[in-house]
Amino acid sequence: MIRIFACLAALWTGAAAAETMKMAVTTSFHNSGLSEVLLPAIARDTGLDVQLLVVGTGQALRLGEAGDVDAILVHSKSAEEAFVAAGFGTHRREIMYNDFVIVGPLSDDAAIAGAGAASDALTAIAQTETPFVSRGDDSGTHKKERALWEAAGYNTAAFGDWYKAVGAGMGASLNTASSLNAYILADRASWLNFGNKGDLVLLFAGDPALFNQYAYLPVNPTRHPHVKSDAAEKLEDWLTSDAAKALIDGYMIDGEALFTFNAKQAE
Amino acid sequence: MNDIWSGLQAAFWLLVTLDRDLVEITLRSLQVSLTALVIASVIALPLGTWLAIRRFRFRRAVIAVLNALMGLPPVVVGLIVYLLLSRSGPFGVLGLLFTPTAMIIAQVIIITPLIASITHQAMRELWAEYHDLLISLNTSNWQRIKTLIFDGRRALLTASLAGFGRAIGEVGAIMIVGGNIDHATRVLTTAIALETGKGDFALALGLGFVLIGLALVVNFAIHVLSRTEREGRW
Repeated sequence: MIRIFACLAALWTGAAAAETMKMAVTTSFHNSGLSEVLLPAIARDTGLDVQLLVVGTGQALRLGEAGDVDAILVHSKSAEEAFVAAGFGTHRREIMYNDFVIVGPLSDDAAIAGAGAASDALTAIAQTETPFVSRGDDSGTHKKERALWEAAGYNTAAFGDWYKAVGAGMGASLNTASSLNAYILADRASWLNFGNKGDLVLLFAGDPALFNQYAYLPVNPTRHPHVKSDAAEKLEDWLTSDAAKALIDGYMIDGEALFTFNAKQAE
Repeated sequence: MNDIWSGLQAAFWLLVTLDRDLVEITLRSLQVSLTALVIASVIALPLGTWLAIRRFRFRRAVIAVLNALMGLPPVVVGLIVYLLLSRSGPFGVLGLLFTPTAMIIAQVIIITPLIASITHQAMRELWAEYHDLLISLNTSNWQRIKTLIFDGRRALLTASLAGFGRAIGEVGAIMIVGGNIDHATRVLTTAIALETGKGDFALALGLGFVLIGLALVVNFAIHVLSRTEREGRW
């Protein structure tokens, strides 16, 4: 019992030593492995201990609205703009982008590999009714997927059994797609880092419609006075610095660059 | 089958090399679940015993509710604790969300009904035996509860171990209130969920075997310790 309390006490004091802040990030960002490169550099350069809450974009925005985190890093432009417009965040700062890819079985039953655009590929999948796994969790990736279906002229609510909304994170959804041999929309980083590919291969990528912009939004301190806005500001300065640029642009998996830094830097 | 084999290998290497992260999350798992167990036991053991010896109007209803709460879905407990501790919730000013304390609170809520219910079952039979003696000695309620708890300690140990088992293997609630933050609130079960999400089944399974091993070690340790009291009833 005493030992447990000693343990607890050690944990509290240990946590208090460095300045900590909480940031909600999307599963796709965390699964890419970039956070493991950035966090130690942030701790070294700014002394900030950034604690990551890895959730979907929908939940990240909720955490920010409730003031449970100090900043969020997500990728769903319209939801982010609504977040700032409602006064939950002070501003929206674009940091970097990566892209989405359509992954599917090696046999490629819907023949999307040669499609000209993302909407053509999705149309082919819908017309052949080959199984497609959707995140179905209101995350940034899910929002993107719905927007792509809409752009192709489809309403996901009207789809039959072949369209499987699993309501799970990127990794769990990829696991499902892998065991069902189904098509799925994934961000490139999660796909390259995913360990259980099975028969799935990357079938379609490169359409500008598949770009995935990440933005950083500090939570508004006038709405939630307890948020550590100093720390959030310090982190923003670092994320838009040359040090961050070099790390983000230089991050590679299997020789492929995943992210492109595109923050507007202060001159 | 291949995955299970590589899981065993991963568990072996994690243990042999005493992986630093593994030690950290294992200790945190123990810290959270043992603290929750101690708090829940302090509440549930006297409560279960009291329910066994007292006759009052809503006794049946209370016991039925307690039994029903044994099956409380952890994810619902997690969500409710989350909403209470959130900055926009009633206890938001305490700033407890996403800390080990929040995880302990959620686990206490989950395992207290379980321990109290098992305690009540065991104590009811013991009370039938002790009833005449304790009444004739003109003992107070509190003395009766203390006597029953002391003499029924083996059965209570089982109740507590059941509670510990539920706490250490629980993931739904602590994922929500703890947030699975690396080096802050990550425990074995949430780490397993995370690695499964990444598709790294070997590491996830390795951590799973460590978790099972941990549960075995704790149970054995408690049984060895309790054997020192040879005067027990059983």
